[in-house]
Amino acid sequence: MIRACTVDELPPGESVRVPGPPAIAVFHTEEGELYAIGDTCSHQDASLADGWLEGCFVECPLHAALFDLRTGMPTCLPAKDPVPTYAVVVDEGVIYVQGVAGEDAA
Amino acid sequence: MKRIAVVGASLAGVRAAQELRAQGYDGGIVLIGSEPHLPYDRPPLSKGFLAGTASRESLDLLDAGDLASLALDFRLGVEATALDPAERRVRLSDGTSVHADGVVIATGGRARTLPGFEGAFVLRTVDDALALRAALVPGVRVAIVGAGFIGAEVASTCRSLGLDVVVLEALAAPLAPVLGPALAEVCARLHVDHGTDLRCGVQVTGLAPAGVSLASGSVVPADVVVTGVGMTPATEWLAGSGLKVGNGVHTDAGLVTSLPQVVAVGDVARFAGRRHEHWTNASEQAPVAVANLLAGHTARTYTPSGYVWSDQYSGRLQLAGHPRPDDTLSFVDGDPSSSSFVATFTRDGSTTGVFALNNAKLFNRLRRQALGRPEFQPAVQG
Ligand SMILES: Cc1cc2nc3c(=O)[nH]c(=O)nc-3n(C[C@H](O)[C@H](O)[C@H](O)COP(=O)(O)OP(=O)(O)OC[C@H]3O[C@@H](n4cnc5c(N)ncnc54)[C@H](O)[C@@H]3O)c2cc1C
Ligand code: FES
Repeated sequence: MIRACTVDELPPGESVRVPGPPAIAVFHTEEGELYAIGDTCSHQDASLADGWLEGCFVECPLHAALFDLRTGMPTCLPAKDPVPTYAVVVDEGVIYVQGVAGEDAA
Repeated sequence: MKRIAVVGASLAGVRAAQELRAQGYDGGIVLIGSEPHLPYDRPPLSKGFLAGTASRESLDLLDAGDLASLALDFRLGVEATALDPAERRVRLSDGTSVHADGVVIATGGRARTLPGFEGAFVLRTVDDALALRAALVPGVRVAIVGAGFIGAEVASTCRSLGLDVVVLEALAAPLAPVLGPALAEVCARLHVDHGTDLRCGVQVTGLAPAGVSLASGSVVPADVVVTGVGMTPATEWLAGSGLKVGNGVHTDAGLVTSLPQVVAVGDVARFAGRRHEHWTNASEQAPVAVANLLAGHTARTYTPSGYVWSDQYSGRLQLAGHPRPDDTLSFVDGDPSSSSFVATFTRDGSTTGVFALNNAKLFNRLRRQALGRPEFQPAVQG
């Protein structure tokens, strides 16, 4: 489990990149949900935390592939492979990402 | 329509084939490509693939699943030599022909060459990239003619390989006609900061035994010479077809040519009087062109996003919109001397473009807010 940031530091509509490996992108949607996915786009080399958040989808900032934050699946080209998803927990106002251990680093 | 021929088996052709299936077309699709390879992506050819960090496999545009689900009839390693609309045939260089009810022209273009530079390296295809990569052995001195996107990326890759690089540019500053003087200065600085010898305002005359000859009479010493001076649209095969060609295949606002059963997409399509030689354009045109082909008339029109990216040295450059070089440039974040900044172009009070160096997040935000989003997204196959 790794610490991302405090809830106050991540208002709705915002995202934050937690450096890795693996680097993780944490999103706070306008609807108030928190999601964490692998930060590196499965197509080429872009940080999804820099992407455009719309509902529970993020658009890759480089070639505009759209990823579903709930499943990590791309819903449009050019990406074809999913990015990993991670569970998020909030404890005393701090956002943590679960399921990230050393062995995930590959 | 029972059978559609897609001529050109690269990004635009592949996207067109994918869109045909995504839009419900279940007839035959013949994909004709003059290169012997299955379709691959070009942007890494001047970046990771040339540097040796991106694999050959990572270039492939279609994986085994796509190949199965798209059910394409490939004709690779053969060139289309003529389009005969009356007979509904595309004639091929191997003497055969393909009968098709609809045709998608996606023939892109070839690297432009300069007189006097016969035999210099160019970079358009994977074979070009492999040949150039083989020549970039330690210790060679590289001269690149042209400081446009590809010239700059090759220079950057060569520097990352530790090679001495000279870039010879005819303009007073690189990319000035696209980006305007202030951003051209930024691009020039990227070269200089990374040890590339950028020489602007020089006229090259040809290859010399020892390097590149200049109009001034001097010779720039080089072991490897690369010309990066743009591309020429591949339209020769359309002579006699009745289609209007001239710096690309002329289309209407929906990428439909003067024949309703023939559309054009990608680098070769001259849409509203202009061609757009960018990856995103090739990708985004396909859904519109295909919809109109299947409808039999121009049912949808295309709005180009003008989005292009380029990786040069430590910088990722991103541009969207259609700015003119004399539009007003304002720095929204950072300034031209920073390693990361975002700037907007405005004309008559409205935003015409957004440019960023290493700031994808703010770039995308401004791009969406000021320029709107492209109307159609390509759908995933399989
Ligand atoms: C080295 C390089 C780096 C690039 N980097 C970037 C970048 O960073 N960002 C960006 O936005 N864009 C970039 N681009 C541009 C982008 O790759 C092109 O816009 C895109 O490839 C256009 O696709 P296309 O399918 O229209 O044309 P092409 O990719 O040119 O494909 C056309 C295909 O048609 C084939 N063909 C031609 N004539 C015939 C014929 N008569 N019969 C059969 N087949 C034929 C050709 O062999 C070719 O395979 C780069 C391009 C290159 C070359
Ligand atoms: S890097 Fe994300 S879509 Fe290409």
